[in-house]
Amino acid sequence: MSKLEYRAMQELKYKSGQIDRRTFVRSLLATGVALPSALSLAGQVAAATPKSGGRFRMGLGHGSTTDTLDSATSENHFTLVNGYTFGNHLTEVSNTGELIPELAESFESDDAQKWVFNLRQGVEFHNGKTMTSEDVVASYNHHMGEDSTSAAKGLLTQVKSLKADGKNKVIFELENPNADFPFIVSDYHISIRPAGDMASGVGTGGYILQSFEPGVKSVLKRNPNYWKEGKAHFDEVELISIIDPTARQNALTSGDIDSMDRVDLKTVNLFKRNKDIYIWDATGTAHYTFPMRLNVPPFDNYDLRMALKWSIKRQELVDKILLGYGAVGNDHPISTANRYHNSDLPQREFDADKAAFHYKKSGHSGKIQLSAADAAFAGAVDAAQLMAASASEAGMEIEVVREPKDGYWSNVWNNDAKGWCACYWGGRPTEDWMFSAAYTDDTEWNDTAWKTTDSAVKFNSLVKEARAELNDSKRRELYYECQRLIYDDGGTICPIFNSYVSANSKGIATDENIAANWDSDGAKCVERWWFA
Amino acid sequence: MHPVLKTVLGRLGLGLATLFIVSIIIFSAIEMLPGDFGQAILGQAATEETVAAFRRELGLDEPPYIRYMQWVGSAIQGDLGTSFSGRNASGTDRSREVIDLLAPRLWNTLFLAGITAIVAVPISLFLGITSALYRNSIYDRTVNTTTLTTISFPEFFVAYILILLLSSLYPVFPSLANVDASTPFTERLYRSALPALTLTLVIVAHMMRMTRAAIINLLASPYIQMARLSGASQTEVILKHALPNAWAPIATVIAFNLAYLVVGVVVVEVVFVYPGVGQLMVDAVTSRDIPVVQGCALIFAITYILLNLIADIIGIITNPRLLHPK
Repeated sequence: MSKLEYRAMQELKYKSGQIDRRTFVRSLLATGVALPSALSLAGQVAAATPKSGGRFRMGLGHGSTTDTLDSATSENHFTLVNGYTFGNHLTEVSNTGELIPELAESFESDDAQKWVFNLRQGVEFHNGKTMTSEDVVASYNHHMGEDSTSAAKGLLTQVKSLKADGKNKVIFELENPNADFPFIVSDYHISIRPAGDMASGVGTGGYILQSFEPGVKSVLKRNPNYWKEGKAHFDEVELISIIDPTARQNALTSGDIDSMDRVDLKTVNLFKRNKDIYIWDATGTAHYTFPMRLNVPPFDNYDLRMALKWSIKRQELVDKILLGYGAVGNDHPISTANRYHNSDLPQREFDADKAAFHYKKSGHSGKIQLSAADAAFAGAVDAAQLMAASASEAGMEIEVVREPKDGYWSNVWNNDAKGWCACYWGGRPTEDWMFSAAYTDDTEWNDTAWKTTDSAVKFNSLVKEARAELNDSKRRELYYECQRLIYDDGGTICPIFNSYVSANSKGIATDENIAANWDSDGAKCVERWWFA
Repeated sequence: MHPVLKTVLGRLGLGLATLFIVSIIIFSAIEMLPGDFGQAILGQAATEETVAAFRRELGLDEPPYIRYMQWVGSAIQGDLGTSFSGRNASGTDRSREVIDLLAPRLWNTLFLAGITAIVAVPISLFLGITSALYRNSIYDRTVNTTTLTTISFPEFFVAYILILLLSSLYPVFPSLANVDASTPFTERLYRSALPALTLTLVIVAHMMRMTRAAIINLLASPYIQMARLSGASQTEVILKHALPNAWAPIATVIAFNLAYLVVGVVVVEVVFVYPGVGQLMVDAVTSRDIPVVQGCALIFAITYILLNLIADIIGIITNPRLLHPK
């Protein structure tokens, strides 16, 4: 046994209470760690050891009276956190961003087309029923089929058939191979519920729903039979919908809640001065875009698109719109948090000469309209104004059209009436998922209508090829090329990746890694955090 | 028939007619909203297919006049319909009756309006009468300036100042007023203190100034001169002679403010996270949950009509000329 292994073993023992602090420090000293470092290490380990108990109250900036417990219509962050708290999925994205099995014990495929999920045995729903393959099949059928109103319907059209094989095995047969299918099943919509009861909030999760008042709050109690070890530390949980950011911050400072999401960036620096709280942020896959529709002139012109892409001061947008809580984007939707982020592409910066060159070459003249409303993201109109200002330095005239917030997603975004608008994406954990959500030619959310150019055609075939490819380095190559194609020819301008900024009271402890696939530690903070 | 009863019945009839017209306005206004429930609830996730499935399921593909008749028909029987949210085609129907959705929220709103009224109405009457009594004194000016100041600030500003003073700097009251059905009465009072105080500050000026103006207006009348000449003191003149004739305008303005407390306090609800009916309606409008919007609008209309009816009756009862016409 090496020193490191021994240390790790002793740390585990210390965490689980098998040895005391003195013994742990002594064993560290024995492996050559100096006393001060040994003491501080012991302190760190102790702080990082979850303790159970307490009533966790969280203020969330979302929540509406139309919310339901049916995961098929989950769409805001309140329903996400609530759903992940009382329910589980076949797989989950861990706090380090890896895909790990959840209700499935393991999953396998030889050809990426037929996927076999072996279910965890002896898992009980909150109503006492034991989970079997029948429940999993019913939970999936809930989102599929002609009449389904599930938001996950589009995601699961790739499933040709799904059947139970005995009590503990489910087999998915896909239309086409998809190497990322195990990621898809972690989606927050596809929660596993008992067959015949998809909407009452009975799940297998770490907390049992006590009461749920849509748009107001959700009260949950720890599930004493929770199958997952080392998770779900709070005794009781209260999720409160507090839409107004000032009210949320007041509630946290006055101790009425322990944690909040979506800190108001305008006041974050003042908020930070409070000694009882800490601010944390995570940069994940969420990003803001300005999609240009290729089927609406003048955006069908490659040079005009290029001119606009070169005319943006991205760092300025990060500094002024996100107040530093974010990262610059490179005109493709794959973030550094993704597995195959193409880091070889040179970062696009503001370049008046290049912009002017392409603009001249495009032969366009006159105003270019950019539609924006703060429904797209907070600060979208301001961001559009900044873009108009920097574009004018390159001799282009952008006219910012302020659109009504209400109905933005049906009347402005992804609509041929508007050639260019502001948009946000929560991002997706895999490249394929992101591409098939908004960039391939078969998705209805292809908000750039980038379908017919040579590059787009090539892109679509590459995405299909990569989807079926199980070899890691080959996939990397293919996805690198996909990102380059969007970066070069695509209709999207992706200037910034926004961070999730949240605040906790000092009493709340978390693992050192916080997931970035969704806000609030992957929306799983309730089962991952504890009272220090 | 007793003249009061006659007037009440007449007014009720008129109220019903108003309600009918309002129902048409509500329905057509909602028809004109862009987008529909499917699009709103699915947001970016709305595809033509899922939206069409939603429309089919909710019967939104029927022509408007049929939907209007259906709605009015069942509303008369006390059935406000079923909320759009929570429906789903393939599983159990978890959607809630509009009435179940509205009732607890309406109760919260009425509770808040009630305690605000209990505090605000006596205060404004007292301040109004005393400032009329000591017209143009330092007292009168102070009361006027203070109440005008609080009404001039937007509600959310008053709310934030109160939170800063009474919740952050000197933690007396909680800033979160998220009560629910199981909250005990005293806890409910305690939690609602700040929103009630905010609303009191916002509505006192209107009622107080109306009381003051109505009384001062009467002080110039010949019968008050007569009372003065017959030796009545200033207090007697105001309480015995002027006030009885001033009730009609005062009752009207009180009714107006009470109606405001029921229908117009969404900003205060948001700031204090108070689960009232205003927030419900805003949510329902945003998500195009039409039955809920219609239900709320109908209840708001009824509130206005009823409160105005009561104000009218008070006006009639306190005015012998109207009580005994000719």
